[in-house]
Amino acid sequence: MTKDMMPKFDLFQPADIETALKLLDKYGVKAWKMAGGQDSLDWFKDRAKRPEAVIDLSGIEALKGVRETEAGLEIGAMTTLAEIAANPIIKEKFGLLATAASRVASPQIRTVGTIGGNLSQDARCWYYRAGMDCYRAGGNTCYAGTPQGMNREHCLFGASRCVAVTPSDTAPVMVALEAEFVIRSSKGERILPADKYFIGPAVNITHMTVLEPGDILTTIRIPSKWAGAKFYFEKVADRNTWDFALVNVASAMKVKADGVIEDIRIVCGAVECVPRRLNAVEDIVKGSAKNDDTATLAASSAARGAAPLNFNHFKIPLMENLVKRAIRDS
Amino acid sequence: MTTTDDMAIGRDPVTRRRFIKSIIASGAATSAAAYYLAGCSDGSAPAAGSVERLITLKVNGQDRRVDILPNETLAMTLRYKLGLTGTKLGCDRGECGACTVLINDVGHNSCSTLTHGVRGRAVTTVEGLEGPNGELHVVQQAMIDELGPQCGFCTPGQVMSAVGLLKANPKPTRAEARQAMAGNLCRCGAYDHYLNAVMRAAKSA
Ligand SMILES: Cc1cc2nc3c(=O)[nH]c(=O)nc-3n(C[C@H](O)[C@H](O)[C@H](O)COP(=O)(O)OP(=O)(O)OC[C@H]3O[C@@H](n4cnc5c(N)ncnc54)[C@H](O)[C@@H]3O)c2cc1C
Ligand code: SF4
Ligand code: FES
Ligand code: FES
Repeated sequence: MTKDMMPKFDLFQPADIETALKLLDKYGVKAWKMAGGQDSLDWFKDRAKRPEAVIDLSGIEALKGVRETEAGLEIGAMTTLAEIAANPIIKEKFGLLATAASRVASPQIRTVGTIGGNLSQDARCWYYRAGMDCYRAGGNTCYAGTPQGMNREHCLFGASRCVAVTPSDTAPVMVALEAEFVIRSSKGERILPADKYFIGPAVNITHMTVLEPGDILTTIRIPSKWAGAKFYFEKVADRNTWDFALVNVASAMKVKADGVIEDIRIVCGAVECVPRRLNAVEDIVKGSAKNDDTATLAASSAARGAAPLNFNHFKIPLMENLVKRAIRDS
Repeated sequence: MTTTDDMAIGRDPVTRRRFIKSIIASGAATSAAAYYLAGCSDGSAPAAGSVERLITLKVNGQDRRVDILPNETLAMTLRYKLGLTGTKLGCDRGECGACTVLINDVGHNSCSTLTHGVRGRAVTTVEGLEGPNGELHVVQQAMIDELGPQCGFCTPGQVMSAVGLLKANPKPTRAEARQAMAGNLCRCGAYDHYLNAVMRAAKSA
């Protein structure tokens, strides 16, 4: 571990989106967008990423804050995780998101880490983080997927040369709540559903999201559809603080007065490169009574199709148990 | 001011802290600073529109003019440019909280903060907690009373997190305090002692 300076870069602190977009176009792949810097600075310190220009987005007020709209809620990408965890509207209507944000990392990291950065952070596979030239880094091998590889934290689903997982605690929540992501570039604005924002290695092995170099994630829109629903979030990690999820689960459920599950979305993180929506579980429980039997039945199909690696078989029962609790205890 | 370093070696008139400070003042530490800060700037001019290097920082209530590189963390600035070595570097990766300082009264990991990002905001380090006559802060006194520090390395970070907590929530429950202190690792495992100290400070404040 080095405790010296990061390699040199030029630092820009634009005050508005337009200036930031111009800088991104000017520097192209040599530019790095920095939000709270909690993912970024580690990359620079380890010399695994060496941008020429760092564009610090933290001075852009238009990217901050939580607003209620007719359609639901708009959250600026630069809103911090601490603000989201404490926001009264989010707590009241989308408690799921507040809970997930409060379970990220440590208090110090939540104070500066942003929701946009949390959703756009890179893989936490330690081979890749250590600067090794694996597929994700543009090389031609995967160290984690080998029989001897340290892959306790890696994926159960969707492996395609790379076996890294989504590390984010808030990403599964966004998929569960059917959020939309607003992305700006100098060419204009585009809006994507959350499940199209995250991409797996079969689509692009060097990127976790659809973001291109000139793109800024500006806003996350959460539709009112699931406001006030029955929510469940649980994260299991080796340590309670600052540790990434081994598996996390986020669910939103609507239950009729007679106790029958009317509608549900349930999503797991840290089991695939993208948040994994559990369609089979949803199909099983919809129309059934919210009780122990339904939960047990649903859990048995939660990890169907899993292809565990040498050291992560434990994730299968973990995932099943989390799904069971999500349905039974929400 | 009495600090944890004083505690570590008793009430010796020449404390380790003062010794280190005198070395910094005499310039003997300049070479160390030059080592840390070398290789981060090749002397080439920054690109147009990049940050101004000479900036004013507000640290412990004083305005300090400092030459700050674009790629410099606040921990580096505090320790190697301002001589405020009370702020410790444990991991330099946002994992341990040893480098915790207050920015506008809220705890931040200074190893994971670019110094250019704190212009115009008030930075408080453990050196800034002493009263007008050098009295210890209530949190510091409580930590001594509860035998908080063991080796003491994590202590300045623990102190700053506790001070930050009590500013935001003067009467925390024990569970709230535990949560607020969760970003500060202690290899000596003195967590419950620190927690007792936070609760004692909350009571006496
Ligand atoms: C010790 C430690 C423990 C952690 N534990 C957890 C954990 O338990 N759970 C968890 O979910 N995360 C965890 N993290 C990750 C941390 O939460 C994220 O790194 C943080 O939320 C990222 O936010 P940021 O604003 O600091 O992002 P940055 O580091 O600034 O950015 C991260 C990435 O997103 C891109 N980006 C950021 N904002 C935008 C935007 N608006 N538009 C386009 N691109 C953007 C950046 O270019 C960069 O590639 C941990 C990190 C550390 C250091
Ligand atoms: S899992 Fe992905 S990131 Fe990790 S070594 Fe393999 S290719 Fe690289
Ligand atoms: S030194 Fe900053 S968190 Fe460890
Ligand atoms: S007292 Fe030794 S690390 Fe905490």
